[in-house]
Amino acid sequence: MEIEKIIIGLEVHVELKTASKMFCSCSADHFGKIPNTQTCPVCLGLPGALPVPNKKAVEWTILLGAALGGEIQKYSCFERKNYFYPDLPKGYQISQYRHPFILGGAIVLNSGKKIRIKRIHLEEDTGKLLHETVEQEKVSLIDFNRSGVPLVEIVSEPDINSSEEAKEYLEKIQKVVRYLDISSGDMEKGSMRCEPNVNLAISNSGRIFYTPIVELKNINSFRFVKKAIDFEVNRLFEEFQKNRIEKAKGNKQTRGWDDTRQITFPQREKEEENDYRYFPDPDIPPIEWTDEEISNFKKQASIFELPWDKKARFQSQYLLSASQAEILTEEKTLADFFEQCSKLGKEKKISPVEIANIIINKRSPAGLSPAQLIDWISHQKNSPSISEAQIDQLIIKYLSEHKEAVAGYKAGKVQALGVIVGLIKKETGIVVPIEKIAKFVDKI
Amino acid sequence: MINPNQLTLVELQQKIKSKEISPHELIQKTQDQIAKVDTEIFAYVSINERAKDQLTSLVSKGNDLPLLGIPMAVKDVLSTKGLKTTASSKILENYIPPYDATVVKKLKDAGAIVIGKTNCDSFAFGASTENSGFGITKNPWDQSRVAGGSSGGSAAAVAADECTFALGTDTGGSIRQPSSFCGVTGLKPTYGACSRFGLLAMASSFDCPGPIAKTVEDCRVIFNLMKGRDNQDATSYYKDYGAERKKEKIKIGLAKEFFSEGINEEVKKTVKKAASLLEENGFLIEEISLPHTQYAIATYYILVPSEISSNMARYDGIRFGKSREVLEDEVKRRIVLGTYSLSAGYYDEYYDKAARVRSLITKDYLEAFSKVDVILGPVSPTTAFKIGEKTKNPLEMYLADVLTSSANLAGIPGLALPCGFDEKGLPVGMQILGPHFSEDLLFFIGETYQNLTDWHKKKPNLGGKNGN
Repeated sequence: MEIEKIIIGLEVHVELKTASKMFCSCSADHFGKIPNTQTCPVCLGLPGALPVPNKKAVEWTILLGAALGGEIQKYSCFERKNYFYPDLPKGYQISQYRHPFILGGAIVLNSGKKIRIKRIHLEEDTGKLLHETVEQEKVSLIDFNRSGVPLVEIVSEPDINSSEEAKEYLEKIQKVVRYLDISSGDMEKGSMRCEPNVNLAISNSGRIFYTPIVELKNINSFRFVKKAIDFEVNRLFEEFQKNRIEKAKGNKQTRGWDDTRQITFPQREKEEENDYRYFPDPDIPPIEWTDEEISNFKKQASIFELPWDKKARFQSQYLLSASQAEILTEEKTLADFFEQCSKLGKEKKISPVEIANIIINKRSPAGLSPAQLIDWISHQKNSPSISEAQIDQLIIKYLSEHKEAVAGYKAGKVQALGVIVGLIKKETGIVVPIEKIAKFVDKI
Repeated sequence: MINPNQLTLVELQQKIKSKEISPHELIQKTQDQIAKVDTEIFAYVSINERAKDQLTSLVSKGNDLPLLGIPMAVKDVLSTKGLKTTASSKILENYIPPYDATVVKKLKDAGAIVIGKTNCDSFAFGASTENSGFGITKNPWDQSRVAGGSSGGSAAAVAADECTFALGTDTGGSIRQPSSFCGVTGLKPTYGACSRFGLLAMASSFDCPGPIAKTVEDCRVIFNLMKGRDNQDATSYYKDYGAERKKEKIKIGLAKEFFSEGINEEVKKTVKKAASLLEENGFLIEEISLPHTQYAIATYYILVPSEISSNMARYDGIRFGKSREVLEDEVKRRIVLGTYSLSAGYYDEYYDKAARVRSLITKDYLEAFSKVDVILGPVSPTTAFKIGEKTKNPLEMYLADVLTSSANLAGIPGLALPCGFDEKGLPVGMQILGPHFSEDLLFFIGETYQNLTDWHKKKPNLGGKNGN
């Protein structure tokens, strides 16, 4: 018996960094704020309060979808997902179901493999439950600051086949939302969350069996995504070997990741599919785009170059290596910086590869503008070159002038030689490794 | 000496302006009247103890406000800042909203004083106020009978001169039917014309706040202050329709379905008489048909409970201080009904199908309005019924909405006004329905009718045990 295939689908939630919440004017910046200070009748679900959709959040969702190659839906609407939970003040979450904003799209992995996106929709975040002890009594408190923060859900097709792919997919989504500047994408702060759905295809004596699907929760870093999936894959395999239970309607399970114990633990057996009684939210008129509006969204999205497209372009246009291009496209600001430098460097005959190396290896002084960096590089290139022997002489010179540095080093503080590094860098612009200087200490 | 409680809003406006009546005196007289009759009528679930202080502070600002000092009763499903808003349900017995409903705020800003909160069926679920968690409102014309519902307290308060006007809400007839039972005038506006922000939702795609007053003219003045797009209600909308409809001859349609079997003969006769009077005075009358009317109640009682089941979910027992066990029977019944029709496997068969029938009913009306300008008919199949008469059979109570609910399905406006009395001396009401945003046209016809008649001027005899 062996694992034929790992099958993973990912539900990713991304909190948008709009100024205000999804359906009211409260601040959406909730992280670390005093509980319940950013609330109003709407996000507290007080009787009679009504939701009014945040235009920016809707536009950003469409933009994200269009950037990922999804189909902007001409007609979409908000629906109510009815379920009871104390952090959900209205007793329903305003979400999208039958008519999401976006259908389709994809994320392309480094290997060239396409992970298809099923749908992208917009909803509101819930409040937060805090389980604490107040005056010796165990209580559950509710903080509604997060209630109503706009949340985009990106649902993938089950195209992911390893924990590495899952991690890469997630990293790519994070990169995209950061490129579009619509979310901090910070997993540790909960502004990006993911719920992998995992099961296995197992082959045994020429037959393929599918294990029940497990939905994993409580994952708040990229590292945990990989760990949790790896753990779950082994657990599913062992369990199938033991009980031979195959995937069937109603046997999906929800498990949480416990990072302290490094295991997943059962949270909820799904006896049957939850019946959320979705229906169109009568408080919010449906949204219909004109063809013109749709083509405007597409135009807007086309201006945004996806990180992986940018990487490919950097390789072909600037002749960078894959790893150079990868590092420089990590963040949009860095990529933009590099491109401005390259443009300025052209006149001074400084090649993009040269610039890339200097940026990546942090060889230049920090905080330079593109123009300053180019000036610095050209200054470096034009100053008479210094021979190794000259450097050696400088080391000896400064060591004899700075007895306290030598004494410090001999007393065991390697960093005491840092002052010599600084002096040589100041004079020549060259950074000499501290180890090299140490070799001269005994020669004095 | 004039009794200011009996004056209309427009009369009071003049008398306050000419200083014949002081606003303080008016508030005092209203409070006196409430003290005198409300132990019997039970129109109010709570009284605004700060009414006079609020008036004093308004007057001190020296404002020339259109409704300065006018005592307004507010149905208890409309949020009033700092004043208990219970929806006449025990689950909200101690709830004090931190904000005013938009329509309440608009009228307060115009100078009106909230005199108290009026009784209704809890969460407006009902047609008699018998479902209130706090008690039954009696009909001022005959206290053994219901005031109608769900805005029964508001209609009774106007009829018993316990306020100058009141706010109600109409989801399936809840302004028009009690207005009709109590012999007063009420407007169910076009859906969206008056903001729902702050209205404790019953069925969000049906609910309409509107005025109940002593005359059509008063309703017009109040409606014009209430209406308009509200940035806090995404479904609110207003467009001026009046100008398009100024024509020589106005054609009134009598829908045969509104005069069919099951409608009390006296009611039919009275409403037809009103139609004849309008005909004699220059209006054209034409018989029309609204073929899908027969499906209105079934459609209504699938869609409305569906929305209710979701809207009631916030009363989850965690907040507002009371557990769900205190919810009234009718509230529980509708939660169960709606939960069922939205459930997986039933959604298509019930909710979705009903939503499609709803558009057919709307189409009926739009087609009718291509032939006639307005439609006239009775508000209710009967006049006010006896307390307890229908409480044992919820279905029979639901049928009380048979003539009113289709306007809510279609979102069109309806004006209910008194047009006579039956043999028992109980008021009979008629309603004029018009296309979306045709309120001005309804007011024009209604005001013409009230200039020709004095049904709206009749007062119940509150001295005796029963009405006159």
